[in-house]
Amino acid sequence: MTSPLPAYEAPVPVLALGDVLLISLQGELHDGTAEQLQQDISRRVAGSAATGVVIDVSGVEIVDSFLGRIIAEIAAAVRLLAARTVLCGMRPAVAITLVELGLTLPGLVTTLDVDRAFDVLRRSDPGRAEEGT
Amino acid sequence: MSEQVTAEVAARELGAFLERCREQIAQRWADAPLFRTVFTVSRDEAVEACKAVVDALCEVASSGRLEDVAAPGFDSVREQLGRMAASRAGSGFGPAQIADEAAGLRVAASELLRHESSGPVGREAHEVLLALTVLMGTLRLVIMQTSLNAGEELIARQRLQLLEVATPVISLWEGVVAVPLIGTLDSARSQVVMEALLHAIVEQRARYAILDITGVPTVDSLVAQHLMKTVAAARLMGADCIVSGIRPAIAQTIVHLGIDLSPVLTRGSLADALAYALAQQGVEVSRTVAGANSR
Amino acid sequence: MTPTTDPATTRRLPIGSDADLAWLRHQVRQVAAGLGFGLVQQTKLVTAASELARNTLVHGGGGEVKITPLADGPKRGLQLAFVDSGPGIADVEQAMSDGYTSGGGLGMGLGGAKRLMDEFRIDTTPGQGTVVTVTAWITGIPAARRGER
Repeated sequence: MTSPLPAYEAPVPVLALGDVLLISLQGELHDGTAEQLQQDISRRVAGSAATGVVIDVSGVEIVDSFLGRIIAEIAAAVRLLAARTVLCGMRPAVAITLVELGLTLPGLVTTLDVDRAFDVLRRSDPGRAEEGT
Repeated sequence: MSEQVTAEVAARELGAFLERCREQIAQRWADAPLFRTVFTVSRDEAVEACKAVVDALCEVASSGRLEDVAAPGFDSVREQLGRMAASRAGSGFGPAQIADEAAGLRVAASELLRHESSGPVGREAHEVLLALTVLMGTLRLVIMQTSLNAGEELIARQRLQLLEVATPVISLWEGVVAVPLIGTLDSARSQVVMEALLHAIVEQRARYAILDITGVPTVDSLVAQHLMKTVAAARLMGADCIVSGIRPAIAQTIVHLGIDLSPVLTRGSLADALAYALAQQGVEVSRTVAGANSR
Repeated sequence: MTPTTDPATTRRLPIGSDADLAWLRHQVRQVAAGLGFGLVQQTKLVTAASELARNTLVHGGGGEVKITPLADGPKRGLQLAFVDSGPGIADVEQAMSDGYTSGGGLGMGLGGAKRLMDEFRIDTTPGQGTVVTVTAWITGIPAARRGER
């Protein structure tokens, strides 16, 4: 990043907590920012000892097919890098809308909140194959 | 003069009469139950309301559309008429009775027309009276229409309220919620269930949601689709759904229709579903000695 | 009775960039909330708008959206019309089918948006452009209440 971005397009905060990366998506996410995020995550997981990625969407009011695809692709890339992704904090209205859109994100582990997401990552062995849910 | 021209002239004369005698008509109407019981603040308020109706009728008459319930002239008072009808309906009067009360307005107006000294006379007067009768008949229909609409709205609202009451989400255990579905699962119902269930998952921090369909009479591909959507939405929020209460007949229908429920966890009874959810959470249920002696 | 629309209340927003999409989502949400749509319906509306606006931007070469509140007797609704003068859609049926992994294709935009809205209409002429018009009516399904009443 060489030039400063306008305030509303601030990059998404990514926190490293132990060997887990926590991404908190907040409010409005421009298409370009989302794509940038996808690249950043892959880079960081590859370049660190991260074994897990938590994507927290509790602050997101709208998830359309574009963002949904980005999230699915982040999870796929993370899996290739031998780490796990957990999606947490989805709001009821967003869940209902995504299902209506036909985007059920199968194969992506989901939890109610960040706490449970970390529980799931702690309990699992990153080398083990992905279970159904 | 041709019949149509006569009718047009009569309509215009009627409009002129209504404008001329606006005040008198309004004063007569203000005492009618249709206005008096609705505009209760003061008689003046009722008179103003009546004037609004007379103005609307005047506009309709001048436009010549005496028999048209959709005439734009009525638009200015449709809402007011709706409120009047709703108020009378609230007092227990049906649409027919309300329409009869509207008929009473015609009598007052015709009397005024007949006794008007500066109005049309003879044959012409007869035509105008005819036009008035037709116009008042149309007003009656408009009032009936608005009261029927109000009734429909009330039924729709009550139906929605019933849907909500019929969809309780029960907290069975820590982390386990259940929704006993009773009756047909149509699109509207399914929406209510989904919202209620998802909100309960958030509030109860549930990991498991049991959808009991014992009370659902038939499961076709549409119902199955609604169930699948609910299961998918709950999963996005980190909760696993268990569909319980599948009767043998229902199971046969599902297989027969080729509906694929395999991604969904199912159990025969709600009790079995609860047992599963408890086991998953490492909760053991055991009978104590004291319990074995009771009963 | 046909729904009434008042041309004076139609709002037009440009669709020319990412930032326009974000602003559009914000505006649609505001209008919908103001009209009385519930949260779930608002979410569906804004999501559908996002899908269609992106289509207009990516496949239509940019354009605009016309936001019009509607009234049909006691019912209230919102109509969104996405207009572009792009290449148009040659095979509408194919475009409407969900192609989640179709990469550069129209993906889920149209089919998804249709499922989220009450009314959906597409007018397109190859070489001239496309207008996608969607409408949602307030259904007033109450949200779940806890122990109330």
